Formats: sequence, C-alpha cells, structure tokens
Amino acid sequence: MKITVAGERKEYDEGLTVSKLIEIENVETPEYVTVSVNEEFIGSDTFESHVLKEGDEVEFLYFMGGGR
Amino acid sequence: MIVKISKSDYGKILEYALSQRPDEACGLIAGEDKEDGSREIKKVYLLTNIDHTNEHFSIDPKEQLGAIKDMRSNGLKPLGNWHSHPESPSRPSEEDKRLANDSKASYLILSLEDENNPVLNAFHVETVDGEKTVRKEELIIS
Repeated sequence: MKITVAGERKEYDEGLTVSKLIEIENVETPEYVTVSVNEEFIGSDTFESHVLKEGDEVEFLYFMGGGR
Repeated sequence: MIVKISKSDYGKILEYALSQRPDEACGLIAGEDKEDGSREIKKVYLLTNIDHTNEHFSIDPKEQLGAIKDMRSNGLKPLGNWHSHPESPSRPSEEDKRLANDSKASYLILSLEDENNPVLNAFHVETVDGEKTVRKEELIIS
C-alpha cells in the first residue's frame, strides 16, 4: 500500500502500525514526536494499535517548547 | 554556522513578540542551507504559544503542521524555531536545552529584557555523551 510520509509517497506492507512506521523511518527521539494522520493528531498511547491504510498522509512533528 | 535573516523578517518577529508580552512568543523559521555552509532564513512563522505564560512556550501543533506544509509547498526547508524571553537574556535556559531535540535546528532567542535594546541570538543545541551542549551561531541581520 502507498502512504504519504512527510510529503513523500512511499510503499509499505499492509497492516503497518504507527509504531512500526516510526521504527522504519528511523524517527529520532520518538518520545518527543507528535503524529498526525490525515491532519488528525493521534495519541501516543495508540501508536501501537493504530493501523495505517492506503492513501493515509502521515506527518511527524517534534514537540517544540522551552522556558525562560 | 552563519545564519542570515532579513531586517524585514527580524522586524516581524520583534513586532509579534512585543505584541504578545507578557507571554513568551514563538514560531518557526524556514529557508535554505547554502553550499558555503551558511543558512538563510526566507520565511518566519508567527505561531501561538499554547502555554500563554511568560515562563515557557509550546508551539501550537496544529499551526506547526500548517507551517510545515506551507514550507513544503514553497520549497523551503524547516530550519528551526524562535521564541522570546520577555524578561530574561537571549540564551537557552535549562528547559530550552532539555527540550531542544533537533541537532540540525537553529534556535533563535529574542530577549526583550531591555525593551529599548532587544537582542536576537541563534544557537545550536546537541546531545554529546548524554549532555546537552550549546554553541552560539553567527547571526547576520541584513
């Protein structure tokens, strides 16, 4: 199946979860990553169970914050 | 690393940061990395600090997503972020360092501690042997 990841359309195996995609894509510091699928943010507690499907658009966003 | 920003984009950051006081203001920077090793900021994004305090900031993730898509559609590269310190100097705080997790990013910090003399600096933050190290980058406003 084809999924668009960070603007790039790629081929993946069926049944791919968000957790597996994070692993395949070598996402750095995944504990600080927020994931959106089709512009909807999904909770990190569902990364293991969220199965991606053909045509999904996935973005990895790094939390950006700080303090004085 | 030399980081270049136009006076116009610096002015946008400054005006927005002043308007958001007493809260910290924040946003993203985008542009391109040059062959000579410098980087040029070509667009600044003025985004919402969802913490709405003068003590810390978190960039609104929905706005962040919109900005990333805008960069992509305009052929720009994400270069890092910027935020203001309304009451403290232009240097990364301990929390800034802890939450700086992209070693490829430039982190711009605008101090409004002295309203008549705002200071903008750029920093590189990376983890070396488990410790966050900070290096000041050369920032050219022209």
